[in-house]
Amino acid sequence: MSASANWTISSVRDALTAKKISARELTDDYFGRIERKNSELNAFLTLSKDRAYKQAAAVDGLVAKGNPLPCLAGVPIAIKDVLSTEGVRTTCGSKILENYTALYDATALARLEAAGAVFLGKTNCDEFAMGSSNENSAYGPVQNPAAPGRVPGGSSGGSAAAVAANLAVVSLGTDTGGSIRQPGACCGIPAMMPTYGRVSRYGLIAFASSLDRIGPFAQTVRDIAEVFCVIAGWDPNDSTCANVPRPDYVADIDKPVSGMRIGVPDEYFAAGLDPEVRTKVEAGIALLEKIGCKRVSIRLPHTDYAIATYYIIATAEASSNLARYDGVRYGLRTNAATLSEMYRKTRQNGFGAEVKRRIMLGTYALSSGYYDAYYLRAQKVRSLIARDFAEAFGQVDAIITPTSPVPPFKLGERTADPLQMYLADIYTVTGSLAGLPAISVPCGKTSEKLPVGMQIVGPHFSEGRVLQIANAFERAGGFAI
Amino acid sequence: MKISREEVLRVAELAHLELSEAEAETYRGQLDSILEYVDKLNEVDLSGVEPMAQVLFSSDDANQTALREDVERPCNAGTKLLNQAPEARKPYFRVPKVIDR
Repeated sequence: MSASANWTISSVRDALTAKKISARELTDDYFGRIERKNSELNAFLTLSKDRAYKQAAAVDGLVAKGNPLPCLAGVPIAIKDVLSTEGVRTTCGSKILENYTALYDATALARLEAAGAVFLGKTNCDEFAMGSSNENSAYGPVQNPAAPGRVPGGSSGGSAAAVAANLAVVSLGTDTGGSIRQPGACCGIPAMMPTYGRVSRYGLIAFASSLDRIGPFAQTVRDIAEVFCVIAGWDPNDSTCANVPRPDYVADIDKPVSGMRIGVPDEYFAAGLDPEVRTKVEAGIALLEKIGCKRVSIRLPHTDYAIATYYIIATAEASSNLARYDGVRYGLRTNAATLSEMYRKTRQNGFGAEVKRRIMLGTYALSSGYYDAYYLRAQKVRSLIARDFAEAFGQVDAIITPTSPVPPFKLGERTADPLQMYLADIYTVTGSLAGLPAISVPCGKTSEKLPVGMQIVGPHFSEGRVLQIANAFERAGGFAI
Repeated sequence: MKISREEVLRVAELAHLELSEAEAETYRGQLDSILEYVDKLNEVDLSGVEPMAQVLFSSDDANQTALREDVERPCNAGTKLLNQAPEARKPYFRVPKVIDR
């Protein structure tokens, strides 16, 4: 690691203001490290050097004039390749969009750049964000910088690895069933999914529209809060974006957590949880108690149905959203004599195995004769899962769980059985289905030095409280417990 | 068995996917075990339960998504879009024959 390994948003701002480093030098530093490390990690798919240096020059111009700096001035960021970026290739980790360039920027990126951030490039991910290991990318797997030879988690594996390896100060990922939180846990960094509707999804290429969310990876909880202060809030370009006031998450972050009631669901500490992960998360909960939180045992009785519910709803929505890739308007086309043959051959050649599997499952669940038995039933169970949480939040302020039942596994170890891969999403899909905000924070390492993540889930729009608890946990030494 | 080979091929047709022989067989087995697993949803008593059609609908946050005013705004993306289309004859996208006659 270089001497700059500890850059955070505020240390970048301070160093720029004090003229200890220029935005250009910092940008050089990050691109230099990306060039040295990316061939091994495969975290970045495309670099946006022109745009990055243009922004760095603008920031240096502000410094030279002595003008006040916007809050993310000069901060090097990386963006998951499912977010649209004008003039910069956007592949979604898929062969079908190998040569696609978006015509506009996702709102989340536009807001980060407007706040001075330097956009370094696009990060690798599972194809169309479908996966839990980043092994479903058409551009190869990503190495976990915190656990060599192991998966970085998925689907936002490249965004997690980029921050963990200090190839960016912060990054954006997307989370549909755990795709921010689980890679955060695997790579040993904080990572947060906001409330459904909190962050605009304009420019996010859709996987499952009732679940998809955008959120950050960072080195510190405070930096997560800084990013949400910029990207959260209403956007007239996204009709699912909530028009609710955005609190100042940074100003509130050091508020004490003593007296907060933290719920620990029995169902999340049952069979299937790795014993070492359990020990670490239990130690994390004990630390929260030590700093004044009150542990409350709760029940989330429909937890056991969450995976089945999630994989019906997410695949049904995916089968509909991915119908647009037909070779007509953009992306890959495989030529054929007739239109329908062209559709079939294009999609057959352009999509990878997991995407096809999910399109098939979703199409089946929505098809005539099966809709009531699968999709409608899953939507009803989803109501019950959301109700479980609503009832629990009548008794507690936040819920603490492991992020994943297992530490990061070896590359290639689990690709043969899709169902086994799905089952490991159990602790993250529940919050996704209920639309809740949830952060994963590092919570020590196993005896094999594999990172463990602890999840803090709050009620709708309680990002501020979730960040306070996570920040207090970090300050109490929880990350290295 | 939850799903037959014929059903797999029918679903592939609906989804505009052209599966190879080997893929059809692999997907049949995998979808079969996933659907078998999903059957656990039949254990849940759903009488009187409404499907969750809106994520924020069941909470107090229901009315907090707001639509923008419906006014026309210029959008000059047409040429740029057509420039990266697989095949175009401006101002149209070009596709293979739909009907043979």
